[in-house]
Amino acid sequence: MPTITFIEHNGTRHEVHAEVGQSAMQAATFAGVPGIPGDCGGACACASCHAYVDDAWAGRFAPAEGTEYDMLENVVERQPTSRLTCQLVVGADMDGLTLRLPAVQF
Amino acid sequence: MSLDSVVIVGAGHGGVQVAISLRQEGFGGRIVLVNDEPGLPYQRPPLSKAYLLGKINATAMLFRPETFYADQRIELVHDRVAAIDRQNRRVMLDSGSALDFGHLVLATGAHNRPLNVPGSTLGGIFGIKTKADADFLSPLVKQARNVVVIGAGFIGLEFAAVAAAEGAAVEVLELGDRPMARAVSPQMSELFRAAHQGCGVKFNFRTGLAELEGEDGKVSAVTTSDGRRLPAELVVYGIGVIPNVQLALEAGLDIDNGIRVNSSLLTSDPHISALGDVAAFPCVQNGENLTRLESVQNAVDQGKLIAARLVGKPAPYTALPWFWTDQGNLKLQIAGLSIGADNYVTLGDAAAQQLSVLCFRGEELIAVESCNRPGDHVFARKILARPPALTPAAAAAPDFDLKAWEAANRP
Ligand SMILES: Cc1cc2nc3c(=O)[nH]c(=O)nc-3n(C[C@H](O)[C@H](O)[C@H](O)COP(=O)(O)OP(=O)(O)OC[C@H]3O[C@@H](n4cnc5c(N)ncnc54)[C@H](O)[C@@H]3O)c2cc1C
Ligand code: FES
Repeated sequence: MPTITFIEHNGTRHEVHAEVGQSAMQAATFAGVPGIPGDCGGACACASCHAYVDDAWAGRFAPAEGTEYDMLENVVERQPTSRLTCQLVVGADMDGLTLRLPAVQF
Repeated sequence: MSLDSVVIVGAGHGGVQVAISLRQEGFGGRIVLVNDEPGLPYQRPPLSKAYLLGKINATAMLFRPETFYADQRIELVHDRVAAIDRQNRRVMLDSGSALDFGHLVLATGAHNRPLNVPGSTLGGIFGIKTKADADFLSPLVKQARNVVVIGAGFIGLEFAAVAAAEGAAVEVLELGDRPMARAVSPQMSELFRAAHQGCGVKFNFRTGLAELEGEDGKVSAVTTSDGRRLPAELVVYGIGVIPNVQLALEAGLDIDNGIRVNSSLLTSDPHISALGDVAAFPCVQNGENLTRLESVQNAVDQGKLIAARLVGKPAPYTALPWFWTDQGNLKLQIAGLSIGADNYVTLGDAAAQQLSVLCFRGEELIAVESCNRPGDHVFARKILARPPALTPAAAAAPDFDLKAWEAANRP
């Protein structure tokens, strides 16, 4: 079970045990991490699961594309490492991943 | 006296959100979530799309795992609330037990409007509301060669796209003259009509259902209102929903196309709130008229508002409505409410299946529908949630771009 650390904008850290195959968004909501509502349930329709991939991990993911890319272009405070976490599938090699949450989702 | 217990009836999007938000807001009292469906509470949107297609499993539909409810001291009770005793602030359950409440939240949702033609009780005829419905349907849709869909609304068309993708011949009967007529602009309807037809779906507009025929207790054909007979091993209907108001009605609460609530989402009893599909609220985006919306956004935002009020942070409900539907390779996202729109400006290219329709009422932008233009949707939600207003003239300018306009007009 990979452990993913979510860091809220106010600095609060949440170490979450994620299931392989689950999305990072669901790992966060299942653990009750605030600041990541995931309203559309992972349909890539709401842009309420935005997070920044920690720099150390930035190169490890295929870049955002399609719907995810287009929505990210327009979220509040987009950064180069921005992702919609419902589109990040947890892999066995993601133990130790850190995702930082933005100040606001919308 | 401070509030010591909240009983929530119904664990769909609305009920679950109230429970989660109450704890996030620091509510320390008892929370009981009563639900008449088996299993852990789950999200409905995938039932007619990703789950039916087998793209996601049942766990991915859950709001939360079982441990979450235990950790958060949210008591999940599998039962049905049979009656509300307002005088003693207590609900009676089917099992015979009772629950006392400090505050009661009604999040009972809605049920599918049933077919009422001869043959409606044959096998092979489905509405889609619950996980049980989808579990029944999913093997059948893989086998069926002839599928008839009654109603070209969101759920009917989501299902039509799934059935067509599974290789069935799909006929859609629709009383109106275009798809999703109640909810989207003519321009957007036209894009969806063309796209579904391109996938082999056949539309029968201005056509009702007269009768369902069967063999051995199972549906075999439908007869249309204009007398045609269409073969069908599987019939799925999506002809609207009826709010589950029975409990509230019997308890003497005000009902008006749903449980009537005020701008704080309180019913006519100050100890009872209602939200989501079952509630009719004064909607600021609809001229303060009593409005009932059926969407995830509505249930979730109303749930947050009720939880905040219960911990002493009251506010009127004003959240901007938004919605999405996935049909085949089309993703439609709607921001705002287009009720009363009389002027439309389009961006993009319908032929390429990438179109945004800006819906105006007079000079006022009231809604934006985006098909496969998700970036526009995100901007539309920002623009609609705050001034300044975008005018039809500005939007119709050559090379108009929502992103550039938003950046130039940020307050
Ligand atoms: C197939 C389908 C697809 C959808 N797709 C989308 C979509 O893509 N986008 C979108 O925004 N919205 C979509 N929706 C709409 C969305 O799911 C609803 O608006 C939302 O679920 C409403 O939440 P709710 O809490 O009001 O009611 P519900 O989710 O319906 O929950 C109500 C619950 O209360 C229970 N209940 C009722 N009476 C009692 C009682 N007396 N005692 C105990 N329990 C009771 C019911 O069994 C039910 O489980 C879809 C809906 C369906 C059915
Ligand atoms: S959860 Fe809605 S876009 Fe990710």
